[in-house]
Amino acid sequence: MVAPSLKLQDLIEEIRGAKTQAQEREVIQKECAHIRASFRDGDPVHRHRQLAKLLYVHMLGYPAHFGQMECLKLIASSRFTDKRVGYLGAMLLLDERHDAHLLITNSIKNDLSQGIQPVQGLALCTLSTMGSAEMCRDLAPEVEKLLLQPSPYVRKKAILTAVHMIRKVPELSSVFLPPCVHLLHERHHGILLGTITLIMELCERSPAALRHFRKVVPQLVHILRTLVTTGYSTEHSISGVSDPFLQVGGHSSKTMTNISPLSSTQVATNTDTSRNAGNAVLFETVLTIMDIHSAAGLRVLAVNILGRFLLNSDRNIRYVALTSLLRLVQSDHSAVQRHRPTVVDCLQETDASLSRRALELSLALVNSSNVRAMMQELQAFLESCPPDLRADCASGILLAAERFAPTKRWHIDTILHVLTTAGTHVRDDAVANLTQLIGGAQELHAYSVHRLYNALAEDISQQPLVQVAAWCIGEYGDLLLEGNCEEIEPLQVDEEEVLALLEKVLQSHMSLPATRGYALTALMKLSTRLQGDNNRIRQVVSIYRSCLDVELQQRAVEYDTLFRKYDHMRAAILEKMPLVERDGPQADEEAKESKEAAQLSEAAPAPTEPQASQLLDLLDLLDGASGDAQHPPPLDPSPGGALVYLLDLPCAPLPPAPIPDLKVFEREGVQLNLSFIRPPENPALLLITITATNSSEGDVTNFICQAAVPKSLQLQLQAPSGNTVPARGGLPITQLFRILNPNKAPLRLKLRLTYNHFHQSVQEIFEVNNLPVESWQ
Amino acid sequence: MIQAILVFNNHGKPRLVRFYQRFPEEIQQQIVRETFHLVLKRDDNICNFLEGGSLIGGSDYKLIYRHYATLYFVFCVDSSESELGILDLIQVFVETLDKCFENVCELDLIFHMDKVHYILQEVVMGGMVLETNMNEIVAQIEAQNRLEKSEVNRVLLCRPG
Repeated sequence: MVAPSLKLQDLIEEIRGAKTQAQEREVIQKECAHIRASFRDGDPVHRHRQLAKLLYVHMLGYPAHFGQMECLKLIASSRFTDKRVGYLGAMLLLDERHDAHLLITNSIKNDLSQGIQPVQGLALCTLSTMGSAEMCRDLAPEVEKLLLQPSPYVRKKAILTAVHMIRKVPELSSVFLPPCVHLLHERHHGILLGTITLIMELCERSPAALRHFRKVVPQLVHILRTLVTTGYSTEHSISGVSDPFLQVGGHSSKTMTNISPLSSTQVATNTDTSRNAGNAVLFETVLTIMDIHSAAGLRVLAVNILGRFLLNSDRNIRYVALTSLLRLVQSDHSAVQRHRPTVVDCLQETDASLSRRALELSLALVNSSNVRAMMQELQAFLESCPPDLRADCASGILLAAERFAPTKRWHIDTILHVLTTAGTHVRDDAVANLTQLIGGAQELHAYSVHRLYNALAEDISQQPLVQVAAWCIGEYGDLLLEGNCEEIEPLQVDEEEVLALLEKVLQSHMSLPATRGYALTALMKLSTRLQGDNNRIRQVVSIYRSCLDVELQQRAVEYDTLFRKYDHMRAAILEKMPLVERDGPQADEEAKESKEAAQLSEAAPAPTEPQASQLLDLLDLLDGASGDAQHPPPLDPSPGGALVYLLDLPCAPLPPAPIPDLKVFEREGVQLNLSFIRPPENPALLLITITATNSSEGDVTNFICQAAVPKSLQLQLQAPSGNTVPARGGLPITQLFRILNPNKAPLRLKLRLTYNHFHQSVQEIFEVNNLPVESWQ
Repeated sequence: MIQAILVFNNHGKPRLVRFYQRFPEEIQQQIVRETFHLVLKRDDNICNFLEGGSLIGGSDYKLIYRHYATLYFVFCVDSSESELGILDLIQVFVETLDKCFENVCELDLIFHMDKVHYILQEVVMGGMVLETNMNEIVAQIEAQNRLEKSEVNRVLLCRPG
């Protein structure tokens, strides 16, 4: 015999009386044990009370799955009290994933057919909340019958249930299509609302329904008119009027455009905007006007309404106005532009939602004529905006600057400003873009380097800024030290200061590894640009030879080697970088520095040794053929050694000269062609472009081409455009060779190809025959 | 479509939790907590619209909320609903509660959670707006209460002694 159970209220009191979470858990666990016992004993009288308690603890987050079967029993009971709780439990605890849910189908069927309205209402409600596809199919006929019942309460519920059913089982559309037209004649607003939802759902699912309902459109407009002209109570206006609008807007045909302008203007002028409901209606009107292909005048009216809303004191109205304007800005740009000042004012809002919307809209409104003014506003906003908007604002400004920059100098200034204000929030390619931009604007080199130097001197914590500044100082350090720049006040910068600053960047714990890489390379470049001696630089480079960061260590070792052994080449290697085409075959979107670094690192790990020795093999063969007995020691590579990769300076391809192309290799659809260029201004230079094409059915992957020339010539290999040639004429790989032949020695070229094709690795070594004489004479 | 309707107090304790889309139980609790944190950050004089939290579907969904004394009423809706319309709907719901409970306060919601659910069922069904006329809703609820009372009386009358 169980103790008399608590009423729901008492349980709630107890739970609230618990002082701590642990106490609450204890109370609830005790009660759940009682409930479980009661369910086991099958006490019908108090079952509903137990389930109600269970639902309460479920809301607090405690497990309640053991009540699922009880829901079924309660639903099957004949008492309304039981059914009420049972159905609520079913909606909260059961769903498609539990097999038990199908068991209530029968109960629902019975409840739908017996005539008590509240019960039918409950059943329909449950069905529309958790009805699965099988349940919907089984119960569709019942619901259809209820659609035509006299009671409006049941009918409106049945209509919404039908909407849910169609969502779950689209084939049922045919069942529910016929009653719709009939339902539109109803006066009851709840029914109308439901019917319109149903019609919209049907139209979304099938074009046949759409055609069917086009005929009904005049009736909808009539409903709309009645609603507007007879006045309405607030409770009906939003739902009732908005929905005809949405219906009209979403599926209009040409005939609609004649009818709706009249109604739209009527609504627009008659609506009482002093209450929120009126405003809602007006918004929907505006959106409808935009959706259907209205006349221009009407669209302007719509935008003006939105503009008026922007000045409304109610923040909610402003928010919705901004959102709507954002939707319209693509199609009606000029109309929205007129409201630009108001939009910009909204940037100052303290409300985060509003300022976010205002930011998006402002960015969308930037065009070439207002870009300077807008940028000023946006930059001011960037300085004061909340942190979560910073990243969006920064990237928005950069994008807009790129599209609409009136001058290069303005563009550089803008990016500089963004980097100093919100440096940590910019995207990764901002650095690449800026270096590209500065590199291309030759007249602004001095200006850029001065400004960047000043910015860097003030603050070395913003990584993108530091990276760009370091790169710039490295490239244009000589301009910096000259001190002449018309555009800003002349600044006398000392060599030692510059070196000290770069060293500070290197040593700072705020600098990322990539940034330090930039700084180190910049220091190296300065060794050729500065007048003074290089001891300081050599010292720094030396120190970093034992740095723990592998990347830095490697760079330092290479630079150190440059100082020690290859001093004669240092100037050539570190000369100013030519401009890289953004979309050139060898360029990629990453910073040029990191590309250089990647190639330097390519040289270092595993391949260096074997490649060097293999190339030496090639060279041996060549040397042997030309009768030269000198065997180069392995550590002192001739031009075809590890230095080959160090010297991968990007070089824009020159226009073709008329030396005929040469096909040098063909195997199973993979072909290699050479094309030759002798630039007129440099007679010792020969540029060979190899092109690898693939006409076979299989892709070529891991394609590597190596070359060797006789010792009297110098060879530089640039990075290939890729190492994969897709099948059937996919994008070919190109690679540029630079050959210096000051003595006009006869050209001989040996190639080694390795690649994967048809799941086999292929290696080919061959000497190129039939090299045209013009290539070296 | 309305995804969820949540009512919680100023400390985040849930008073009404109704989901119209299936979420597992733990996720439901997390959503309540996440929504509470999002809504708590808002001042009282800024607009009532928010992007939805990540658990509930992110920026495709909006949170429309109203703060009454100690309670937050939050409706999570998708883009097909009119924001201002839903704002009005919250008002209708609260006014109906007021009518049914006579000057409703938080304690009423706490102790009569099931009744609040029944009232909500008359306003929103299956995630769709069912009825916005307060009088209709109240009439229905009263009819149902009468039905329940008559059953109780019948039981009492049938009890022996």
